[in-house]
Amino acid sequence: MIEVDSLTKRYGRATAVDGVSFKVEKGEVLGFLGPNGAGKTTTMRILTCYLPPTEGTARVAGYDVFAQPMEVKRRVGYLPETPPLYPDMSVAEYLDFCAKIKGVPAGERRTRVAEAIETCRVGDVRTKLIAKLSKGYRQRVGLAQAILHNPAVLILDEPTAGLDPKQIIETRELIKALAGSHTVVLSTHILPEVSMTCGRVVIINKGRVVAEDTPDNLTRRLKGAGTLRLEVKGDEASVLEAVRSVPGVLVAHARGGHDGVAVIDVEAEAGRDLRSELARAVVTKGHGLVGLQQMGMSLEEIFLHLTTADAEEPAPAA
Amino acid sequence: MTALRNVAAIVQKEWRHYFGSPIAWVALFVWTMLFGIFFYFSFSFFLEQSMRIAQQGMEYGGGSIKISLNEYLIRPLFHNMAVVALFLAPMLTMRLFAEEKRQGTIELLATSPLSDWQVVLGKFLAASGLYALMILAGLVNVALIWTYATSRPEWKPVVTGALGLFLLGACFLAMGTFVSTLTRNQIVAGILSFCLFLGMWTLGWADAPTAGPVMKAVAYLGVTTHLEDLVKGVVDLKDVVFYLSVVTFGLFLAHQSVESQRWRA
Repeated sequence: MIEVDSLTKRYGRATAVDGVSFKVEKGEVLGFLGPNGAGKTTTMRILTCYLPPTEGTARVAGYDVFAQPMEVKRRVGYLPETPPLYPDMSVAEYLDFCAKIKGVPAGERRTRVAEAIETCRVGDVRTKLIAKLSKGYRQRVGLAQAILHNPAVLILDEPTAGLDPKQIIETRELIKALAGSHTVVLSTHILPEVSMTCGRVVIINKGRVVAEDTPDNLTRRLKGAGTLRLEVKGDEASVLEAVRSVPGVLVAHARGGHDGVAVIDVEAEAGRDLRSELARAVVTKGHGLVGLQQMGMSLEEIFLHLTTADAEEPAPAA
Repeated sequence: MTALRNVAAIVQKEWRHYFGSPIAWVALFVWTMLFGIFFYFSFSFFLEQSMRIAQQGMEYGGGSIKISLNEYLIRPLFHNMAVVALFLAPMLTMRLFAEEKRQGTIELLATSPLSDWQVVLGKFLAASGLYALMILAGLVNVALIWTYATSRPEWKPVVTGALGLFLLGACFLAMGTFVSTLTRNQIVAGILSFCLFLGMWTLGWADAPTAGPVMKAVAYLGVTTHLEDLVKGVVDLKDVVFYLSVVTFGLFLAHQSVESQRWRA
């Protein structure tokens, strides 16, 4: 549905997006993840024909964003970071205007607006001025605007930013409901959102794709490099010695302790579960094992890991 | 067909903004009030003059000399209203694009299946529509003459004068639409527009009996130069063409500006 091939966007000398490629299949929900300023918004703006790419191509629903922008625009619903609302219009007026400019046939306009209002649950504010709406409602009106013309592709730039937890959950449910019938690309820097709503994640940093996989795979792939945390009653030095003697342990270091309990972080070889060996080694040395915990990497850590590791690499010659 | 529908949608939306905010009401109020005041003073002066001439005629036994209503009422009235248009036009155009940019709604327009031309044209037509409404509201004053005067005055200068006033304003509105695309701050757009309009206005001052060919050419570009014949009731094609060219040029600049900003942004 969406094919992005070595997309590059430069603003003067600064490169916002640097050779990004990815594909999104029909009905899929793709999460676009990255720190602020990573190039998420720029990529989305190119996909919605708001900005032309400097290099590379992007095809949405089979149409090139550069060569056939009108065809692309007809098939894309876009919710920018700040919902593009007219504060002096009422919700119904605004959606009616949007339906007109999005080419919804006059006969269907009423039903389409009513459906969008229903789907995004903004019925109770339909006659209110947008200026008087809360942030949550504004976001929903923005979303209603994006789905109005029943587009094949939905592009949502941080759809849950600035919402309260209840609204975030509601918005996620809504996105899940829209998936399947629509192809969705959403960007976020909130990680749990990705694991909850997206089938696949593209992590982008400094304009480049640093990882692309399902949220589960990403977690699993890096879980091996996760650490174990031991809490042992006994002398720190001898416990460390015991732990280091276990085959498969890469690094072990003390994290301090309290009340005679030493806390030790152990990094194991990827893919090996050393919990029973470690427990045995500690106990046979005569120490009391108080706690043993697997510190699996959360998406947050993976994210940080990937985005900061990339930052440490020397910058390629321009 | 879709193009027309899109332009109509933009026009309707802009009118919603004009009348949903005080802009349209303030513009209409100021315009009709000044129109009424200028009409009242010009008309009083006209009556005074005709009275005086009639008296002179009686005293010296001459025939009844008629003075021209055009000369004393219509021409000064439309000239004065042209000055008012100079001040009010920035008010109508300054937010057209600046506000869309500030609110981020330009993104909605740019990602909807609309062409830049449709947006520019829609916005310009919305502003000209409001301006036409203002002129029509002012003409109610003039209509009073037809209701109460014993002899019917000539209607042609009124119609051509109103056309001239509209065309002059349309030039301002087209140029103002362009200036509004340059900034996201509508106050800046308003001030810049006013300066530009004033410049367009003062070009006409270059004309003088002693002016050389260069100054004559400069004066020809002044927007007021071409109003002269129209308020006299003479429709000269070259004046109409001049105004329409300025409008087209302004809209062309606006379109280029909207398009190029997407490339540079």
